[in-house]
Amino acid sequence: MLELERVSREFALPDGRRYIALREISLSIAAGAFVAIVGPSGCGKSTLLNIAAGLLEPTSGAVRVGGGPLTGLNRHATYMFQQDPLLPWKTVRENVALGPVLAGVSQADANQRADTWLARVGLGPFADHYPLRLSGGMRKRVAMAQNWILDRDIVLMDEPFSALDVHTRQRMETELLSLCDVDARKTVVFVTHDLEEAIALADEVVVLSAGPEARVVARHPVTLARPRDLMELRTTTEFIELYRSMWAVLRDEVMKSQRTARG
Amino acid sequence: MARRSWFDRLTTSGATSTARSTSGAAASARSTSRAAASARPELVEGRVVFAWQIAFLVAVLVAWQAGVAFKLLDPFFVSRPTDIGRRMAMWIVDGTLVRHLFVTIEESLLGLLIGAVLGIGSGFVLARWPMTARVFDPFIKMLNAVPRVVLAPLFLLWFGLGIWSKVALAVTLVFFVMFFSTYEGVRNADPVLVDNVRMLGATERQLVRHVLVPSALTWIFSSLQTSLGFAMVGAVVGEYLGATHGLGYVIAQAEGTFDTTGVFAGMTVLGIVVVFVSLGVSRLERWLLRWKA
Repeated sequence: MLELERVSREFALPDGRRYIALREISLSIAAGAFVAIVGPSGCGKSTLLNIAAGLLEPTSGAVRVGGGPLTGLNRHATYMFQQDPLLPWKTVRENVALGPVLAGVSQADANQRADTWLARVGLGPFADHYPLRLSGGMRKRVAMAQNWILDRDIVLMDEPFSALDVHTRQRMETELLSLCDVDARKTVVFVTHDLEEAIALADEVVVLSAGPEARVVARHPVTLARPRDLMELRTTTEFIELYRSMWAVLRDEVMKSQRTARG
Repeated sequence: MARRSWFDRLTTSGATSTARSTSGAAASARSTSRAAASARPELVEGRVVFAWQIAFLVAVLVAWQAGVAFKLLDPFFVSRPTDIGRRMAMWIVDGTLVRHLFVTIEESLLGLLIGAVLGIGSGFVLARWPMTARVFDPFIKMLNAVPRVVLAPLFLLWFGLGIWSKVALAVTLVFFVMFFSTYEGVRNADPVLVDNVRMLGATERQLVRHVLVPSALTWIFSSLQTSLGFAMVGAVVGEYLGATHGLGYVIAQAEGTFDTTGVFAGMTVLGIVVVFVSLGVSRLERWLLRWKA
């Protein structure tokens, strides 16, 4: 269970004025839910996720996680970054084993667990490679294993696949869904600017308004059955209807954000 | 395919390529041509470069020797390569070389070690606590601006004629290289890596160990070549200005008696040592930074 209560966040601009990124956002995400957050670029989606992770403090409002208020970093959650987060001086295996090692597990035991996860994401033969020698898609899979090995309740993802090509991206989405199907207790908060991706993956799509002072404009349940076949899903009438109704809302916000950007 | 590998056989010289290409089977021929496509051209290029380097060296030495032989150059001022070679051989035989070279290398390594420890330590402290960086900033700039030759007589006074005055001089040079590398390395640690490792559960100490130190080390290793060169410069300049042993001392002695052969022989030894040391350092650097793509 992850709850945001009237969360606002301001930033100081270089000229001394204050920029209000988020205004009084309240959002409660049930345990086990897969929620996608969409919105025009620059609307503060990543800010919202960083607040949920505890990497950023809200200017006002509160975050509640696991029944208690969040102080410091969110230890119930892992965070998958948009950028490449792997330590280049550690091998793939050492990178995946890092979380358990930090928690005090011996390197040998952690390596063993890492190997199991690497096999699961299909990177067993690359355990001894250094990350910079892998492709972008492979690095994403390592990052995924690095997060999921910790088995925390909440998985925060900030446009994790946006830098990948279309096919690799679809493969990663499929892998993400199969990981979620295996462990249905996981709560996933998935930030993306791509409505198609949001609908394909999530149980619920939250639409944020254009920034500044972003707020939640709509919450749409996604009624598509699971498990989903991502290769076929996007052409089904159900999917297209959902897309149409949500795009009607998102389109207004995107147009607003483009107007502010121009003005 | 076949033509390709024949082409490779013709263009790559040396025993290894013939041995591999005569081993017969189609598979091996395929692997040879693939290896040739990726690694061989570099190898061939390396050999070509080396050949040109030798040619250049020989040309300079021959021109020098001939210039003296045809009375275009005065051997009193420039000596001659054969004399310099003979002098170096003499030094090797009578033990002069080993005795003095050992002292210089000892001073350089001690200077490198002490300078590295101090530089890395203070670089880390200043990068982690920005307040200390702001306080010490003008002092560091002042100290770094002091010409080291000016310090040499002071160090002689403080630490005596032995190795420690030279070590001190080397330290003042190495310290700043190491200090700035560490400082930049820690401050430029990728914020995404820092956030990710913190989210994975790292404490402050673990963050230092797994992210900040390795990030700084990449900068430190990259400056190892410069640091080592500076350490040797510090040691030799110190010896030159006042010592009882070392290559700098040998050069200074020769200069004192207008023995140009001795001066050139000393410089040549120093140059050869630097070439081999930097070769070793590049190997070490490549191994330490082997994770780089």
